[in-house]
Amino acid sequence: MTTSSSAENPPEVSPIERRLRAALQYLSAPIMIILNYFGERAIMLGNAMAALFRPPFRMRLFLDQMQFVGVGSLPIIALVGFFSGAVSAQQAITALRIFNQERFVGATVGISLAQELAPVFTGLMITARAGSGIATELGSMRITEQIDALTTFAVDPIQYLVTPRVIATTLIMPIMTMVFNIVGLFGAYLFSIYFEHIDLGQFTEQFTYWTDPKDYIIGASKALVFGVVLSVAACYQGFNVRGGAKEVGLATTRAVVAGSVSILVSDYFLIDAFHILWPYKS
Amino acid sequence: MNQPPTPTSQPPAPGGVSAPPANPLAQRDERWQIRVRGLNKTFGPQHVLRGLDLDIERGRTNIIIGGSGQGKSVLMKHLMGLLHPDSGEIWVDGVDVVKLSTAEMGKLRRKFGMVFQYAALFDSMNVVENIAFPLIERYKLSRDEIMQRVRDLLGRLDLANVDGIEKKIPPELSGGQRKRVGLARALIDRPEILLYDEPTTGLDPVATKNVDEMIRRTADDFGVTSVVISHDMASTFRIGDRISMLAEGKIVVTGTPQEVLASRQPALREFVETSGLVAPDDGAGPS
Repeated sequence: MTTSSSAENPPEVSPIERRLRAALQYLSAPIMIILNYFGERAIMLGNAMAALFRPPFRMRLFLDQMQFVGVGSLPIIALVGFFSGAVSAQQAITALRIFNQERFVGATVGISLAQELAPVFTGLMITARAGSGIATELGSMRITEQIDALTTFAVDPIQYLVTPRVIATTLIMPIMTMVFNIVGLFGAYLFSIYFEHIDLGQFTEQFTYWTDPKDYIIGASKALVFGVVLSVAACYQGFNVRGGAKEVGLATTRAVVAGSVSILVSDYFLIDAFHILWPYKS
Repeated sequence: MNQPPTPTSQPPAPGGVSAPPANPLAQRDERWQIRVRGLNKTFGPQHVLRGLDLDIERGRTNIIIGGSGQGKSVLMKHLMGLLHPDSGEIWVDGVDVVKLSTAEMGKLRRKFGMVFQYAALFDSMNVVENIAFPLIERYKLSRDEIMQRVRDLLGRLDLANVDGIEKKIPPELSGGQRKRVGLARALIDRPEILLYDEPTTGLDPVATKNVDEMIRRTADDFGVTSVVISHDMASTFRIGDRISMLAEGKIVVTGTPQEVLASRQPALREFVETSGLVAPDDGAGPS
């Protein structure tokens, strides 16, 4: 009769220890999933940022993405901005009329557009249009081996595909947010002055008194963060597609959902942080 | 094991222990350009490559055959450094690619050109931009020089006479044209080794024959070492100088077409007989 060495037969684990290990694994699983989720995206963002400072510098790819994300999204941003401004004005006037204070509509709409509506709606619109496009394009490139082809030519796919998209989206977001602000304010102005007959002087006076550059700085800062969040979500989903056309569709859906949810969740924390760092005037 | 001292050998270590003998695979071999030893690769529970050994002959057309899911494409991606093995060695001209850094691997990849199964042309670029891509990325050449090399290849691959070929984008090309453009892109930087991943998949018999001729002619005209992954037995015997069969993660048979046809290895017999190249169990050559 032969005896097995300890290397072949690991020491036996007591039932209590086994159960404790299983319980710990069960309890730590959600934490591991969350860490994994953020970790993988953070690694991709880190690699994309590191590649930004490494030659070759492909300005043309960056400009192409600026064109796709920015210029391509301009009509939808303008359309949504105009009606968001008009609807905000309508709601604000309805509420303010209870207190006979309709003159504050310019200030109310101005602040809400600058701090909240413009960056969040712009982020959601860019996610729906450009984020889905990025995920679909990268996903299609993955399943048709175009990303492998890049690697065979000794081209870093992260540097070639992800870096221009993340940088372009991040930089274009504050610009598009400003466009949203301007068009939204124009919509609010038209509705208030021509449909609700608010006095033009009061509208502009309250707007200029209550809105500060700070409101626009907060909005633009949030837009920058949203740009990073939505572009990384889209690039990650597209870049990591495995399978066929169905998986590309699923990746696109996940990119839009992840981008939108991330924008709304981070918005809450960002506005909290800004209000603590930069209290509102009374 | 003691070896006579050579100019390149290390001095004996203190204590009288001699340095290990130099690995013969680490020398450039005149006959074998790529040498694979003990390659293992697993994907989760799936053990795809199981200690695979393979030699690729310099300047010849080497075909690797095998059924679907046997790991042919996985092997190809290892040769190119697109996948990292769990264990094993891949020697290209005396350099173990497994141990290379990303930057070193990038330099070594210039020896290779790869023709993908469905060409993997960049959808956002036209034919000229696709073919010129490796040159634009690697060198600072003038536009005229790039265009001259692109047009030269278009001519040599019988694409120059296609109307407006230079400005066409990949979706506007036929299957055969896509393969040719993919080959032109792989050839533009004059590689020493060309890898073809199932080049005739999805083509009709005439297009298949044309692609076979293209592979054969490319090997002759450019003097490259060709490695072709295929399960098309007619193509294999039409163009192959050396054929290896991959089954269950290992090379089970390797040799010239005649040697392979004469083999009694069961997996190979089944493959050859099912393809209709030989009558069951008669051991005859291709019809």
